[in-house]
Order: sequence, then C-alpha cells, then structure tokens
Amino acid sequence: MKVAIFPSCIVDTVFPEAGAAAIRLLERLGLDIDFPLEQTCCGQMHLNTGYETRAKKLAARHLTNFTPYDWVVGISTSCTTAVREFYPQLLGPTRAAVGGTGKFIELSEFLLDVLGVTELQGTFAKKVTFHTSCHSLRGIHLGDRPQRLLGMLSGIQLVPLPKSDSCCGFGGTFSIKNSAISTVMMEEKLANVYWTGAEVLTAADSSCLMNLSGGIQAAKKPLTVMHYAEILEIATRQTQGKLSNFSGAK
Amino acid sequence: MVWMVLSDMAGSRVGFPYTSLPRIEDSQLRANLRSATTAIREKRGRVVAEKDDWEELRLKGEQIRAEVLNNLDSYLVKLEASVENVGGVVHWAGDAGEANEIVLSLVRQHGESEVVKVKSLTTDEMGLNEYLSQGGVMAYETDLAELIVQLAHDKPSHILVPAIHMNRSEIRDLFQGTISKGTALSDDPTVLAEASRLYLRQKFLSAKIAISGVNFAVAETGTICVVESEGNGRMCLTLPKVLISVMGIEKIIPTLDDLAVFLELLPRSSTGERMNPYTSLWSGVHKGDGPEEFHLVIMDNRRSAVLADPVGRQTLQCIRCSACLNVCPVYERSGGHAYDSVYPGPIGAILSPQLFGTESSKSLPWASTLCGACYEVCPVRINIPQVLVHLREKVLTEGHRSSSERFQFAILSAVLSSGSRFDLALRTISRLRFLINRFLAFGSLPGVAGKWTVARELPEIPKESFRVWWRRSRGQ
Ligand code: SF4
Repeated sequence: MKVAIFPSCIVDTVFPEAGAAAIRLLERLGLDIDFPLEQTCCGQMHLNTGYETRAKKLAARHLTNFTPYDWVVGISTSCTTAVREFYPQLLGPTRAAVGGTGKFIELSEFLLDVLGVTELQGTFAKKVTFHTSCHSLRGIHLGDRPQRLLGMLSGIQLVPLPKSDSCCGFGGTFSIKNSAISTVMMEEKLANVYWTGAEVLTAADSSCLMNLSGGIQAAKKPLTVMHYAEILEIATRQTQGKLSNFSGAK
Repeated sequence: MVWMVLSDMAGSRVGFPYTSLPRIEDSQLRANLRSATTAIREKRGRVVAEKDDWEELRLKGEQIRAEVLNNLDSYLVKLEASVENVGGVVHWAGDAGEANEIVLSLVRQHGESEVVKVKSLTTDEMGLNEYLSQGGVMAYETDLAELIVQLAHDKPSHILVPAIHMNRSEIRDLFQGTISKGTALSDDPTVLAEASRLYLRQKFLSAKIAISGVNFAVAETGTICVVESEGNGRMCLTLPKVLISVMGIEKIIPTLDDLAVFLELLPRSSTGERMNPYTSLWSGVHKGDGPEEFHLVIMDNRRSAVLADPVGRQTLQCIRCSACLNVCPVYERSGGHAYDSVYPGPIGAILSPQLFGTESSKSLPWASTLCGACYEVCPVRINIPQVLVHLREKVLTEGHRSSSERFQFAILSAVLSSGSRFDLALRTISRLRFLINRFLAFGSLPGVAGKWTVARELPEIPKESFRVWWRRSRGQ
C-alpha cells in the first residue's frame, strides 16, 4: 500500500506541526508515508475566488503529482472536499475519476475505514471541544469520525460545542471581502467555545483553525488550538507496546 | 491566504459589504432575525426528519424542474394552449415594463382604481405596486406581513416572512399609527391579526380585481396553483370578478401528478409544516363559481438569458421555499435588506446578479462562505455554492475585478505551478519571518485587510515550512 500525505498549502506554510503530527502518527502505526515534493496547492483558493482557468491547471497538476499512490491522506477537510467534490465539476467527472480523485481520503476515514482502527493506546488528560467544519460535515461527510478517534484516548474529556456545525465565518476571500460579517460569525462561534470551558479547541480543517486561533489570540484567551492529528500524536508518544489493533503494514 | 490578507482587496464602495454594515451593527435586528430563523429552521428539521424518502423526493423535484427547463419552449406553448382551452387569456411580457403595462391596462379597461393583491415575489420584482400607483391605481397587499411592510413604506426582507425584521411591538406601533388609528392595541399576535382582519375584510368585499403570483402552472391542464397560509389569498382568488396572475416563464410543471411532489417538498421546506394550509387550484373560469375573467401574464425578464447558461440554469429550478435563507449564517447576520433585491439570501445571491446585473448585485456572489448549508436543504437540489463560484468567475471575466487582485492571483499561480518555486517562496518567507511577524504583530495592515486583523491575529510564520521539515527529517 503506497500512501502519500497531502497536508495542504496552509499547513505547509503556517501549520507545519499538524502535517508532521499526522506523519508521525501514521509511521507509528507502521506505515510508510511519502510527501511528493511537487505538490503545492489543490487550486481551491483560485476556484473559490473565481479564477476557474487557473484552478483547472492546478487541479490537473495536483492529481498528476499523486499518480503513483494508492491513498492520498489529507488533513484539511476543505482541501479533500475540493478534490473529491469540486474536481468532478471543474475537470469533468470522467477526467476527475481517471485522475484518481477517489484515492483522496481524510485522515480519520483512513484510520477508521481503511486501516480498521478501533482502539488507540494513548492518554490526553485535557478538556477538549471539537468544531465541525462545514466541509467535514457537508463536503466529505466525515460524521463523527475524528471525535470517535479522540474518544479512544484515555483521560480525554470531550465537551460538546453548542452549534458546532455553524460556519466559523472564514470562507477564504469571504473573510476579507465581507470582513464585518465574517468577524461577527467568528466571535459568535468563539463565544460558544469559551462557554464550554475547554482547554483545547480542535478541528479537522486548517482554514477554520487558522481563523479561530487568530480570533482567540486577539481576544487573549488562554486556549490551545490544535489539529486533532496533533492531539492523537501527542497522546500516543509515550505508548509502549501495541499502539492500536491495526498491526501495521511493515 | 496570508498573501491575500497582506494586500488591500477593497473593491468599489457599493454592494453587499457596505449595504450589510448598518444591519450588522443593529443588534435588535440581529436578535429578531436569529430567533425567527432558528425557530423555522428547527421546525423544518423536525418535519423533514419524519420523511424516510426525503432524499428521493428532492431528487424527483430536481429532475422534474430540470426537465421542464430543458424543454421550456414546448412547455410554454403547451401551457398557453391549455389555459386558453379552459377560458383564460394569456399575455406574454418580454420584461417587467411590458408586464406592468399589461396589468395596468387590464385594470383600466375595467375602470377600476383599486385592486387587492396576493403576496407575490414576481410582482415585487416588477415593481408593480409603484407602477400601478403612478397610473392612479392603488394596490392593497392582503398577506399580513406584506401589509405590514406596505404600511411601513418598507421593503420585504425575507421571501416568506417579508416582515421578519420587525418584532411584535414594532408592528403594534405601526398599526396604531395606520389601520387602527385611535384604537389601543396590545402586542398579542391574535390582537394584531384581528386588527388586520377588520381592515382587510372591507377590501376583499369591495375589490373587483385581484392580482396574484403563481407557485406552479400545470402545462397539461392549464391549472394554476397558489399556496399560502392565511386564507387571505383564497379570498382574493375567489371573491373579485377579475383575476390577473403573473408568473415568470420558469414556473411550469408538466402534470397534476408532479404537483404532488412539490406539495410535499414546499411546505416542509418553507414553513416546516407537513401540509400547506391554503392551497388554491383553478383551471380557467367557471360560470357562477369564482372569477368571471382570468388573465395569465407570462414574463421573461432575462430568465431566458439565465436559461442559456448551463451552470446558472439550475437557479430557475427554485420554488421559492426560503429554506436556504433560514439556514444561511450570512443572511442571519446581514438581514434581507442588505441584498438590495426582492430576492435575498442564498437564492438572491445567485438569482439577482443573473436577473438584474446591477452594480450592487455584482458583489453578491461573494456574500457567502460557501459553507454549503443552502445546498443541503434546497428541496430541488440547486447547487448554490457551485453557481456562486461560477458567477464569481463570470464577474471576473467581465472585468469587474481590481487589477491588484488579478495581479496577485497571477503571481500566486506562478508560485504554485511548481514544487521548487513554492519551496523557494516558503524559504524566502521563513527567512524574512522576523520582519513579517513583526509587521503582522503590528496589526495595522492597509485597507480592508486591516479590518481583518483587528479581530484576528494573523498566524506567525514558522521557522521552517512543512516541506523544509520533511526534507530535513528525511535527510533529503
Ligand atoms: S434556492 Fe432552493 S432552498 Fe432556496 S428558495 Fe429556492 S428552492 Fe428554496
């Protein structure tokens, strides 16, 4: 099984630790992970801003970069959504399917559905709340997969976030062009986050995390924001012996 | 993203970002809207969850509407023949101006100076009330919420609940100053409804002409369907001697059997009810029963141009249920008036730019985070995010985009077109990170990007990018 990681250009640029955490975790599970260096951006930013022709080129390029792999594991739901849901519209369904959009999978889908992980040995003794990103909910239909993985850790206290499924207000260029509404949406989202009393806010999308962590920092609140892959990685660092029921490919 | 925030993307000073500002600052309006949309949203969620075959119904609804649009020319001819066959008169209008003129001349032919109206978005789109009033004809809105908006000289802010932006006490004050002058009213909804009933009853009994919109026009039988909740529409459709109904060319469904699909989809999506309270159906005229004269005005008003766009076309599938408004996080904060159109919310954001093409409507395709909530609830499965993105592209090709933004995306594309170029860019950013982080921490970016950074800290540029870490840790 040849597996590549697709961390997204945002992770590559500003959140390298999320990408590194996903790789460490997968390697700890006994997998070989590759990062094809030719990958840049899936084109979502161009598409959403209305640069369809440029987005098309980036999309075609993006698929070619992953030709040799069986699975392409993403850690940002909007980017995996772009490939799986928007490429067929952008490139045409046949070209998208032949190009391999079906191999693009989100980390929690990969762990649960492909590897069949049902247990994880690890500890994370913190109060954590999870923001459901729009694309995890309506783009690739992740359901509660990330929460299920987090729930396998011991010591973790997962507190439900009220209105978890409402948009955080980012939307790429939306947050710039309509910054006033975007800010109100973000502040209402964060008010709910603070209300939970959580120490850690997590999600499966690097864009939402960038937006929300920016808001938390500006509000000077003592809350840690991290990708759920980082939590899984930190929690399993000290594990001795068997990490999971998945025996590993090595 | 970081690159984009770093530059000023402010466009022109008209459009949604500016029209929405006063509304965002109005906390009363936001509270009214939040409680109203939340209530309808939850109600809809409950009644939709009861239907095991909801997704199949949506697919059916989409398929029927799409098939009609793909063969609209023949359906229109069929509808005309069917309506005339049952004694109705069909009038064709190329645009709103023609449609207004047809209606006014019909009213004049009968020597009337007053008409009663059933709530209708299409006539709002035409500006019919204003046109009639300039021609010396007073049009009385009979839907309670439309009446409120009319009395307040305001504009509707929601497709289904036009006065959603007003609360009970605001409405009580309005009534006391207008239709119930001299009477003390409480803000109890039953009291307010009674006050409007007393006023409207007079109008129903005296009006000779009624004007309505059309929810569905059945091509096969020439049957027209209007759905409403109060029964006031039913009064207008049955009491006056002359009935004039106005529809956009897209409102056709093939058969009465198809209507069954929409009478399930529409009320559950719209008001969160299992069945619609007042569903009026009529086919032409019948001696001794209802209106003696029936006119159907069929209006294009740029719909055929929308039809010609393969991606935009699905917009015309809309059955105006307003479910997309009630789930939209942007609408919930901006309110309907910010869209500066009779069609607000997500449907307005895709319909208005295509129908009207005004300067302010050109900003509407950006009035969305593309969160997808609208697509998920739409009973006829209009992929609103897809149309939004398509319209962003269309506006761009028409040249309505700042040259700085175009330049920026050209550079970005060049950087992203190869792994090594991207790598070089990231290394450069890392090398300059002390400077950039200092600049970012300073928090006063120019222009619109500046506003972004008031509420948010920009992410710090890390010492090494992911790919640099990868190479280092793999010894590459
Ligand atoms: S676009 Fe869909 S959800 Fe919105 S009003 Fe039209 S039919 Fe209803």
